[in-house]
Amino acid sequence: MKFLTFLGKRLALAIPTILIVTVLVFLLQQLLPGDPALAMAGDEVDEQSLAELRIKYGLDQPIVIQYLRWLGGALVGDLGYSIRNSVGVTDLVLTKLGVTMQLAVASMAIALLIGVPLGVISAAKRGSIADFCANAFALSGISVPSFWLGIVLILIFSVNLRIFPASGYVPFSEDPWRCIMGFVLPSFVLGTGIAGVLMRHTRSAMLQSLGTDYVRTARAKGLREQRVVLRHALRNALIPVVTLGAIEFGQLLAGAVLTEQIFSIPGFGKLLVDGVLYRDYAVVQGLVLVAAILFILASLIADILYFLINPRLRS
Amino acid sequence: MTRGLRLLALALMMGWAGTALAQGTLRIGINEDPDALDPVTNRLASGRQPLTAICDKLFDVNTDLEVVPQLAESYEIAPDGMSLIVKLRPGVRFHDGEPLTAEAVRFVTDRNINTPGSLRRSELTAVERVEVVDPLTVRFVLKRPQGYLLVINLAERAGMMVSPKAAQALGDRFGTQPVCAGPYRFVERVPQGRIVVERFADYWDRSAVGPDRIEYLPITDSTVRIAALRSGEIQIAERLTPTDLPQLEADPNVRVVSTADLGYHIIRFNTNNGPRSQVLRDVRVRRAIEAAVDRQAMVTALFEDKYLVGNQFVNPSSPYYDTTHPVPARDVALAQRLLREAGTPNLTFTLLVPAERERQEAAQFIQAMLAEAGITMNIETQDNATMLNNGRRGQFEALFTFWSGRAHPDGNVFAHFTCQGPQNDSRYCNEELDAILTRARETTSEEERRTLYRRANGILVDDKPGMILWHRRTFTGLSTRVSGFVPHPDSTIRVRGLSLQQ
Repeated sequence: MKFLTFLGKRLALAIPTILIVTVLVFLLQQLLPGDPALAMAGDEVDEQSLAELRIKYGLDQPIVIQYLRWLGGALVGDLGYSIRNSVGVTDLVLTKLGVTMQLAVASMAIALLIGVPLGVISAAKRGSIADFCANAFALSGISVPSFWLGIVLILIFSVNLRIFPASGYVPFSEDPWRCIMGFVLPSFVLGTGIAGVLMRHTRSAMLQSLGTDYVRTARAKGLREQRVVLRHALRNALIPVVTLGAIEFGQLLAGAVLTEQIFSIPGFGKLLVDGVLYRDYAVVQGLVLVAAILFILASLIADILYFLINPRLRS
Repeated sequence: MTRGLRLLALALMMGWAGTALAQGTLRIGINEDPDALDPVTNRLASGRQPLTAICDKLFDVNTDLEVVPQLAESYEIAPDGMSLIVKLRPGVRFHDGEPLTAEAVRFVTDRNINTPGSLRRSELTAVERVEVVDPLTVRFVLKRPQGYLLVINLAERAGMMVSPKAAQALGDRFGTQPVCAGPYRFVERVPQGRIVVERFADYWDRSAVGPDRIEYLPITDSTVRIAALRSGEIQIAERLTPTDLPQLEADPNVRVVSTADLGYHIIRFNTNNGPRSQVLRDVRVRRAIEAAVDRQAMVTALFEDKYLVGNQFVNPSSPYYDTTHPVPARDVALAQRLLREAGTPNLTFTLLVPAERERQEAAQFIQAMLAEAGITMNIETQDNATMLNNGRRGQFEALFTFWSGRAHPDGNVFAHFTCQGPQNDSRYCNEELDAILTRARETTSEEERRTLYRRANGILVDDKPGMILWHRRTFTGLSTRVSGFVPHPDSTIRVRGLSLQQ
């Protein structure tokens, strides 16, 4: 019951948060210099055609009207029209949602599978060679730019070894093998970046956990070290890691701009960048809205995980 | 263990099956995702790639920039120049089975002119109305005697014939499923993913062969585009840059073809657009800037000497180039003298440059060269849309832009340098030049046309509303599996005649 009220309160807060975000983004876009009609039509066009374009896309209306029109549409699921792509934004976002989700989940899986165990090992064997290597790995994961790593991996694995495709996305339904192979390199690039951060957080949370009284008690009771670390210390260390993981996952859902650009993956990131560069206001609004919703969902999942991990929250 | 092996074998087989199905498919890597595939609104150069495969035009232009028939067989300009007769090819069908008739041409031209926000309108300004003479003959009645120019424009997007039935049914959404009369029909498009087209069985040219399917894949980073070409993912990679070329020379599976581009890179000066034109208004100042620049050194250093230096809106080997105004050599003393005469020995101005590598590097090179003449040029980076806007509103002193180029020289100069030209951000106005360019649009004598454009080039070099720096070459990477590819100066890939070995 307590959990349900908690969840209810979080959801209720989410709505004004999302609204404020959409207003902010709308205003920020208006601040951007540049005329969407001009950005779309280019310099070859006369003033009359530009004026017609503005009327066609409602750009001649006052800002408040434009926002309210958009909001009204969004409430019924119509996120407006993409000037650049000539399709509805809702359709555009839905087609790319699947791709972005797949990339986000794959990257997060790699990040968790590498980052958390490395953090645990490095904390448990603090000061050893294993700790040193794990730290070096984490540092490079955080420092190495994603676009550099991406291109290097493409050169090695696609051009020279011909194991993975260099770029592009093929739907799972069309060619499952190619689809999976196409995700390996980009999710590795994204995943290692996050793994580094996760590893460091896991390590410090674990070190804190391993220094507590109850862990000392467990050891004094004669429990095997592995059981102490995994069954007792890790559970408490996971809470900050879950928080971080949810935030990182939320960020992945907003689209990994550089990685998608390098690997030509049609996800949110590329769409967002093009939307800004071509002043395609509706696309940027729609994406920000969806990303905000997904981010809130991700943190709600994190809250559920806390409940599962930490029995004290359940009482 | 055996279960795992079986699964692995199954996965491998599925992978092989996947590649086998794709053998009749040609994959082309283009440099950005095109905008909507409707000839009325399509603007980006990348849009021309899939559109050329899907939509045939009334005419086409060959690699020597001569007009050749495509959907039309011939044209005739009336003696008084006020009308153009076009005779259509019989037996042409659109992808939906509808026939190409004079009525269809009339419908499409009206659509190009009257659709709100049409980007083709400026290419058809000379057209008063379109008349159907008989099912295969169209007469364009003109407002001004610019028949030849109209023919050239009908060899571009304005001449792409779309099926009237489909256009009426789809309206604004035509760009999502174009229906035309080209060698390939539209299959599907994933925005920013790929555009897929397949062979049209009823194409009018029965002798045309080519791959069964073509996929256009936008890959924005040229390094990745090359990687995809080298790994065999794609078989054609367009728009490679000179710095990309060395890594391809060693690769036996890839070759590079190139041809001179039709466009030019230019630093445009604000000579008369608002208060900021004060800085560079004096022509001596602009001539001083040019005198301090060594174009050849720049092209050699930055572009492996693969681009052409230029100073006019056509490249030096063009028949329209004014040989009495050749590309000048650097003369720092002259620059300093001109600045003293103009009363600004320590000239300072700002150049707007988009965040694009070639222009950024060139701007820095020029900055260093100008500094040696005592000129301080500040570089301000702006994104393209912002710079476009600022250009329009006169919020600049100089901006670094380029024009992709058109087959007819008019397309390279009229909109850019006439008094009312929509792209004349300098607001430069020379009545004599306007008269020459208008006459050049109307004359039917190639001889006169050449004389006129040479004079126009001379005037522009003297008045210098902009400083043209170089002309690019197009570099296209091809897999050795591709044959029949002929590079075209307009950078558009003609898919007819291409074949893909397995």
